[in-house]
Amino acid sequence: MSATDTLDACGLLCPLPVIRVQDRIKHMASGDTLDVLATDPGTRYDIPAWCRVHGHRLLESTQTDERFRFRIRVS
Amino acid sequence: MAIRHKKPRAAALISGGLDSMLAAKIVLDQGIEVEGINFFTGFCVEGHTHAIRSKDRARAKRNNALWVAEQLGIKLHICDVVEEYKEVVLNPKHGYGANLNPCLDCKIFMVEKALASDAIESGGFDFVITGEVVGQRPKSQRADTMPVIAAESGARDQLLRPLTALNLPPTLPERKGWVDRNRLYGFHGRDRKPQMALAAQFGLEDYAQPAGGCCFLTNAKYARKLTDLWQARAKRDYELDDIMLLKVGRHIRPAQYYKLIIGREEGENNFLAGYRKCFTTLRTASHEGPLTLIDGDPKEADLHLAARIVARYSQGRDADQVQVDVCRPNGERQALLVAPLPPMELNPAWHVGAA
Repeated sequence: MSATDTLDACGLLCPLPVIRVQDRIKHMASGDTLDVLATDPGTRYDIPAWCRVHGHRLLESTQTDERFRFRIRVS
Repeated sequence: MAIRHKKPRAAALISGGLDSMLAAKIVLDQGIEVEGINFFTGFCVEGHTHAIRSKDRARAKRNNALWVAEQLGIKLHICDVVEEYKEVVLNPKHGYGANLNPCLDCKIFMVEKALASDAIESGGFDFVITGEVVGQRPKSQRADTMPVIAAESGARDQLLRPLTALNLPPTLPERKGWVDRNRLYGFHGRDRKPQMALAAQFGLEDYAQPAGGCCFLTNAKYARKLTDLWQARAKRDYELDDIMLLKVGRHIRPAQYYKLIIGREEGENNFLAGYRKCFTTLRTASHEGPLTLIDGDPKEADLHLAARIVARYSQGRDADQVQVDVCRPNGERQALLVAPLPPMELNPAWHVGAA
């Protein structure tokens, strides 16, 4: 059964949000979902790029005010 | 290093610049499985400062190392080495370059880390690739220092520099026939034209061209700020927040035991606001002005001078009196009415980082 985890990367500047995502996903199983919340605008590029490079699926990417939310399906 | 796979695997140090991109591409094109490694030391120029300063926020942002990996179609592992890297910065066996840049020790550290199986989950590489070029850098990329990196990192002949390989003895991947030496290069010196020509040959038109290097430790002003931090604390050490804050704001030290970090624009003010629970802050209330952190342990009487300095950098700089709110990390507040410090009373020696 797939699980959903949440990562709060608010206040961290790139590349730290990507590093935190990378480290968290290392311990997740294929099919699991990770929700990420970040404030660094750089994450708008970096997190989707990291997902593409590693073959994970970015299910959702939204912005509310100064906050960026990503939903990643672990490959 | 336990290594044997059906197909040779190489770890490529990817900085995000052109040289490391070309080096990885040369080997990749020879059928080698390549994965990229990028190290986050805390001193990286890329990313942070662009994210902080308002004037840069409109600029298109990308992590160049990730972008390179995507262009090459390789995986990229970004490793947080902030803690381990302290030893490289604080006690570099081979000393510093022009500023506080321990380039030779840094390269040794990174090659060694890339080879270590714990750097990458999948573990184990047959060799390491770097974008080094003989004669390109005065400290780390010289004919006499390249063998030092190979030896002291433990990589020895498992370190391949594809851009300059023809100036060096054949390495393990060449001798084993995994990599064809005839398809490697003999670049040397500081001229960038051969790399640019090779990029064109590969059809690579868009690549980062960092001005002034990719590491704050090569920056003279930054190095002076870090030295000041160590002198003020009588201890050569740092935390990530320390080195981040050195990248931001105007640093003014009226006394050894405290300094002010004054935001220079909105983006920096917002960044500094994230530290309100850790530092005493000052902000002008009667006029528009910067957010200021006090790093250190000022006495009560010092707050008056600090407030006058802050007022001097506010819109009330020409006013008779400015109200400055002092806020402690515990939320305790105090309002000070001060006369802005005239520029002639601001001792130039207080400006940390000034030459």
